[in-house]
Amino acid sequence: MSVATTTSTQTGNAIVASEAGFFRDIASIGRRAITGALRDPEALIPAVIIPAFFYTVNLGALRDYTEANSPGLDFAAFQLPVAIIFAVTGISRASTLVIDIQSGYLDRLLMTPVRRSALLLGFMVADLLTIAALCVPVLLLGAVFGVKFATGIVGMLLFVFIGAAWGWAFSGIPYAIALKTGSPAAVNSSFILFFPFAFLTSAFIPAEALTGWLQTVARYNPTTYVLDGLRSVVLEGWNATAMFQCFLAIAGVAAVSMTMASLAMRGRLRKS
Amino acid sequence: MIEAHQLKKTFADKEAVAGVDLSVAQGEMYGFLGPNGAGKSTVVRMLCTLLQPTSGTATVNGFDVVEDNDKVRLSIGVALQDAALDAKQTGRELLRLQGRLYGLRNAQAAQRIDEVSHIVDITAIDRLIGTYSGGMKRRLDLAAALIHNPTVLFLDEPTTGLDPTSRIRVWDEVRRLNKELGMTIFLTTQYLEEADELCDRVGIIAAGKIVAEDTPANLKRSIGKDVVIAVVDRTDAARASEILRGVAGIDHVDVQGEEVIVSADNGSAVVGPVAIALNDASIQPRALTLRTPTLDDVFFHATGARMDGDSNDDDSQITDQKGAQQ
Repeated sequence: MSVATTTSTQTGNAIVASEAGFFRDIASIGRRAITGALRDPEALIPAVIIPAFFYTVNLGALRDYTEANSPGLDFAAFQLPVAIIFAVTGISRASTLVIDIQSGYLDRLLMTPVRRSALLLGFMVADLLTIAALCVPVLLLGAVFGVKFATGIVGMLLFVFIGAAWGWAFSGIPYAIALKTGSPAAVNSSFILFFPFAFLTSAFIPAEALTGWLQTVARYNPTTYVLDGLRSVVLEGWNATAMFQCFLAIAGVAAVSMTMASLAMRGRLRKS
Repeated sequence: MIEAHQLKKTFADKEAVAGVDLSVAQGEMYGFLGPNGAGKSTVVRMLCTLLQPTSGTATVNGFDVVEDNDKVRLSIGVALQDAALDAKQTGRELLRLQGRLYGLRNAQAAQRIDEVSHIVDITAIDRLIGTYSGGMKRRLDLAAALIHNPTVLFLDEPTTGLDPTSRIRVWDEVRRLNKELGMTIFLTTQYLEEADELCDRVGIIAAGKIVAEDTPANLKRSIGKDVVIAVVDRTDAARASEILRGVAGIDHVDVQGEEVIVSADNGSAVVGPVAIALNDASIQPRALTLRTPTLDDVFFHATGARMDGDSNDDDSQITDQKGAQQ
């Protein structure tokens, strides 16, 4: 080990620590999370395969029957939002956060002047980009099955934006579980929440065709309104009411999940 | 530079730190010596703002660790006991991230990475950390702690688990930081020789309290100039210690297991009388050793237990052997 090394302090060109700033903190944490995601591509394989599988199988099984019974319905376009929801719901780097907690890496970060809120938001920036990227193969699959957007290219971009916003809104839940439990098993189990959110909705048939308790549950399930918003962009054209309800549903889920994550972070900080 | 007054930390019903007072001067290398579970890491975590004290106060670089924790964080560098690294980052990425979080611009971070990269194996800095050896990880951890030119450096057991070569490399670097840059260094260790080699002053901590504190030389001197150890049958140990207490020139007698430990100002002068006294009592020592005191002897003198630097047990290492003391 060299003893002759001169540091910046000795030369008088002192480099001293300072607070980096909120957005720079987010960018730094986000950059690490994105690099980690790129080095961990296998974690995203299910998010590509599962929606593609369900989309293909549903079209193969139900397209002819549904379109025969619902004249004018483009079932491939009707199902595309479901594929997006399947692709993006629950996508997060929460499992990495658990590893950070268990390895002590989170403590390393907490001993720096980084703003505590930037720690979570940095992860979520990476999630947002990952989720947006996951929308691309779904859109390509839709194109293969002949789906055309009634709202054109702008609508397609809005479609991706809504998918990314929904995925981000939902991601607070796995982060809350990660911070609360510090357990990889608990984070993996949070995938169970995906089922009621994704299936107790108008995912497979229009809401008005649902009956009994499922119709009631679907009416209170925010995913229903996200699906309606996405479908309006693909099938109908611009629909202000559907868009408003869609973003209201996303905002509601985001408010709940981000509050949970924020409280869990505070609890984690008190515990550490 | 580091001050603590009656610092306490309680977890559930366990008092991990039971009222620690500290005063570490600027440029001093202070060592916290004690076995696992003694409370060393808990004190460090409180001083580094990771844990809030249950009671008591502490300041680092003049800033309160609770009220001014942001300012404390800006002035300290920390390498905790387990080098907490991301296996999927490269060494350079970790150092760059660390630098950016301390507000360094990209060019400044690059400059500092160049300056601290000698601590890490330069050929490894662009490799994924997952491929590093244990020693390389600890050195990278140390480099990361230095990236922002901290005023105070906390090292929590910096060489635990390292091979002798890596340990000496870390020692050399820690010495250089202290001597050449005047960095205040607070290190914890369970290795006696590490505290002896590196530290200006040593605080011996057991069961959450500082039981002795001084320079290594003064601590050793405090229990006498020499130590004579007689190894006898365990059943004879108590009787042997009783007999040896009456031998002229002996300051103090302790018992640990089969060892009867005699402190004396002139060890060579009492070896003979010790052997004769034991022989007269029909106790045949299996070994009779004369040596100068170590910090382990100081620890034993203060706590009634031996340090065990290689054990991973918790507080159980500090067994209550006061009853065996004479």
